[in-house]
Amino acid sequence: MNKNDTLLKTLFVGITLCLVCSIIISLTAVGLRDQQKLLKQKDQQSKILSSAGLLTDQKNIEELFMAIEERVINLDTGEYADSLDPKSFDGKKFESEDYSKDPLTSVQLSSDTDISSLKRRENFIKIYLYKENNNIKAVILPVRGLGLWGTLYGYLAIEPDLNTIIGLEYFSHKETPGLGAEVDNPRWKSKWRGKKIRSSSGEFKIEVIKGLVNLESPERRYQVDGLSGATITSRGVSNMLTFWLGELGYAKFLNKLKVEIENEEALNV
Amino acid sequence: MSKAREVLLNPIFNDNPIALQILGICSALAVTTNLYPTLLMCLALTSVLCLSNLFVSIIRNHIPTNVRMIVQITLIASLVVLVDEVLKAYDYETSKTIGVFVALIVTNCIVMGRAEAYAMQNGPWLSFLDGLGNGLGYSLILIIVATIRELFGSGTLFGYEILILTQNGGWYLGNNYMVLSSSSFILIGLFIWFLRSWKVEQIEEPEFQVARNNLETKEAGTRV
Repeated sequence: MNKNDTLLKTLFVGITLCLVCSIIISLTAVGLRDQQKLLKQKDQQSKILSSAGLLTDQKNIEELFMAIEERVINLDTGEYADSLDPKSFDGKKFESEDYSKDPLTSVQLSSDTDISSLKRRENFIKIYLYKENNNIKAVILPVRGLGLWGTLYGYLAIEPDLNTIIGLEYFSHKETPGLGAEVDNPRWKSKWRGKKIRSSSGEFKIEVIKGLVNLESPERRYQVDGLSGATITSRGVSNMLTFWLGELGYAKFLNKLKVEIENEEALNV
Repeated sequence: MSKAREVLLNPIFNDNPIALQILGICSALAVTTNLYPTLLMCLALTSVLCLSNLFVSIIRNHIPTNVRMIVQITLIASLVVLVDEVLKAYDYETSKTIGVFVALIVTNCIVMGRAEAYAMQNGPWLSFLDGLGNGLGYSLILIIVATIRELFGSGTLFGYEILILTQNGGWYLGNNYMVLSSSSFILIGLFIWFLRSWKVEQIEEPEFQVARNNLETKEAGTRV
């Protein structure tokens, strides 16, 4: 028998190799963590800007992001939670993922309300306002929900009328490349621009339909073309908007914000 | 030609891993829509290939035969994780698009194939060169395919507009087929064809002869 093939030698080589490899990998992962985090944050900022159509210059993301005001809101009351500093309000993966897991800072969702399979919803969440001369020009809301393979994380930007969509941008998802991952396709993303969330009577309308939107239908203002071959992802996107724009999501906050914006407009006139 | 030169240069045209050995086609289809991610992918594969060959070769005299494949895969997988981490730390945006293919380098046949076929029998320096050569051979084809696909599919090279597309007010109507993965099959096929017309010795012997359609024998057959 070859001297390499003894049981002892086999075990020795295997264990040593695994140890050496795992030590090297751990060291690299720890060493590069800060740099990776920085890039990830920059990517997130670029997605926030891009959802509101503000990403005019890829190079100066930090500078552009200065124009964005970060605010933490209380989803239960719909008010700003200014006691929480938005700069330090930061979760690991998603801005408030940690908050959504802690029973003190989140609520359990019942199965009939939890259409996006979130399980728990945090009470506090960070949103973004884009202002020009102190007037709100865009409201950017984080949204998330289950697609086919995992949770999609993204940002929905709406105009100050709080009913017209500017854009929807995802920064993290696990959907199938070429099918569900087409949520990143600029052509599909551009279809969101100008769509209305609610009808004039206040009924919740926006959805991703199956197939193409009929351009003559009166419903076309509330409908977005489905992604072909990605029915479950498309449904996931619809569900996530329904959830986050509903009573358990941003509805209370948006109602309050609407009054605020109207008051300001009245003052300006 | 010295041995080292031969080991380095042979895989580029004479023994190309994609065109002759037909290995590693999967990533060649998937990442070649744009040149920039393609270059990063080539860099990632070449570094993994060089290093895995080097390390396998260094410890080749101590690898137990029973578990040699497991040892090779452990080394390769560790290197791939390293490359993936580095990529994430320096180009997050691209790592999101090609990240899954970088992770799949573990299963890329070229890496395992070279470790098993070359590095297990040769010294570290030659194995390293063999890895580099095969990496370059792989890169050559990917870059050619990506150049054609990006230029004719989206009218750009490295994201800069070369052929102005009709939707941007230009004259060029983008070839949508070039954006789809299956177009690389055709491009790689054409490349193999060119290569084999140039280097005739690469043409394989046919494994069997297709029988001529002979009416008489057929009739004879039915009569029996």
